[in-house]
Amino acid sequence: MNGIHDMGGMHGMGPIHHEKNEPVFHAPWEARVYVMHRAMGSWRKWNGHASRHAKEVIPPAEYLRMSYYERWFTALIELMISGGLVTRAEVESGRPAPGSATATPPLTAAEVPAYLTGSSGRPRPTVPAPRFRVGQSVRARNLHPTGHTRLPRYARGRQGTIQRDYGVFEFADTLAHGLGANPQHIYSVRFTARELWGEQARPQDTVYLDLYDDHLEAAS
Amino acid sequence: MGNNQPSKGLEESPMATTRRGFLKTAVTAAGAAAAGNTMAHGQEQDHEHQVVPSELTLRVKSLESLLVEKGLVDRAALDVLVDAYENKIGPRNGAKIVAKAWADPAYKQRLLTETGSALAELGMGSQQGETLQVVENSSQVHNLVVCTLCSCYPWQVLGLPPVWYKSAPYRSRAVIDPRGVLREFGTELPEDVEVRVWDSTAELRYLVLPERPPGTENWSEEELAALVSRDSMVGVAKVMPPQGASA
Repeated sequence: MNGIHDMGGMHGMGPIHHEKNEPVFHAPWEARVYVMHRAMGSWRKWNGHASRHAKEVIPPAEYLRMSYYERWFTALIELMISGGLVTRAEVESGRPAPGSATATPPLTAAEVPAYLTGSSGRPRPTVPAPRFRVGQSVRARNLHPTGHTRLPRYARGRQGTIQRDYGVFEFADTLAHGLGANPQHIYSVRFTARELWGEQARPQDTVYLDLYDDHLEAAS
Repeated sequence: MGNNQPSKGLEESPMATTRRGFLKTAVTAAGAAAAGNTMAHGQEQDHEHQVVPSELTLRVKSLESLLVEKGLVDRAALDVLVDAYENKIGPRNGAKIVAKAWADPAYKQRLLTETGSALAELGMGSQQGETLQVVENSSQVHNLVVCTLCSCYPWQVLGLPPVWYKSAPYRSRAVIDPRGVLREFGTELPEDVEVRVWDSTAELRYLVLPERPPGTENWSEEELAALVSRDSMVGVAKVMPPQGASA
């Protein structure tokens, strides 16, 4: 979706605030929100792509006003409700609905280290074959899907070169919506800064994006 | 719900209407808390010492109690996770990798070409299916890592990203004005250097292998690792020569 989250190339966001000796979390609630999100992920009611999209649909003015972990808090609640793990009434009251069943947490303290270092458990797909080859000129397609996509606006319609084929991955854009794994290749695509930003950019500067087969078309 | 239906606008479903109402509540509640600490620059101390807990703090506590009571999460697991993110997963891991690559050219070669097994040698695994790539700085190429769409970060080796990395100013500008961004971090590059920006748009995560500073020729890996900053591994800074060394 052409949301506020897709901010590459925007102006007016102000200076970067670089905090020295920054703590991992700035308040205990931030830590709790983050780890609840991680722990609730073990219910496998959503994947990382759906989790990103749950933040993208926060209305733009609110997205910008919220701090990072407020977005995570908002997204977590929506994901849990849509996943059927809690109801909105329960979230608002802070109490389980009368007569609701008590579950057993899928992630115990003892399992956390393995959870953090383990793989997703699913082997990486090996098919299909790549549609593009290293060195080939490609163009990022001019797509404007209303759902989740990993093709940023600033690259659409721009021409680049396949720098590397990273192999086959499941497709974020469909996985985010439960529309299938749709496995395909991800490539490192090199764009010159001038192709993206025009004459103001230095001629030797470049931007590398990781794009899927479905994001690309051959450039003539 | 609306989240999972790309073609549906927020206005179209009754669920979405409720959701909007909810969001409004959440935002109002968050607003008060955020006023003191949004984007966190220098005001966190106020937050830490608040006598009355913020409304957001209360809402998060309430959610945690609900999830524990429903048996959806194990509170002890949450505590172990917080400890892991605060104390175990962090940029020291990345610094160890960089120092070893500087000290051992064969390791560096493996790190650049077979990153997964090179990390495994140091007991660091790749998680969640995300694949780490290491990109090397030189006198001719300077690499900078960003995620314009969200907050993708090589957290396996650097821990959770700092606030600035996740902020709108950095995400918006790193791709269009990388030299301006670098200057804000005090990093001035020669005109003829290629600035290579890596926008983490998919399953790949990027770690910058900075240049080894002069004056460190006989240093041990431990001494080298202590020089390597997180910022240098994201690419917004260089690794500075040790004090007293002739640069």
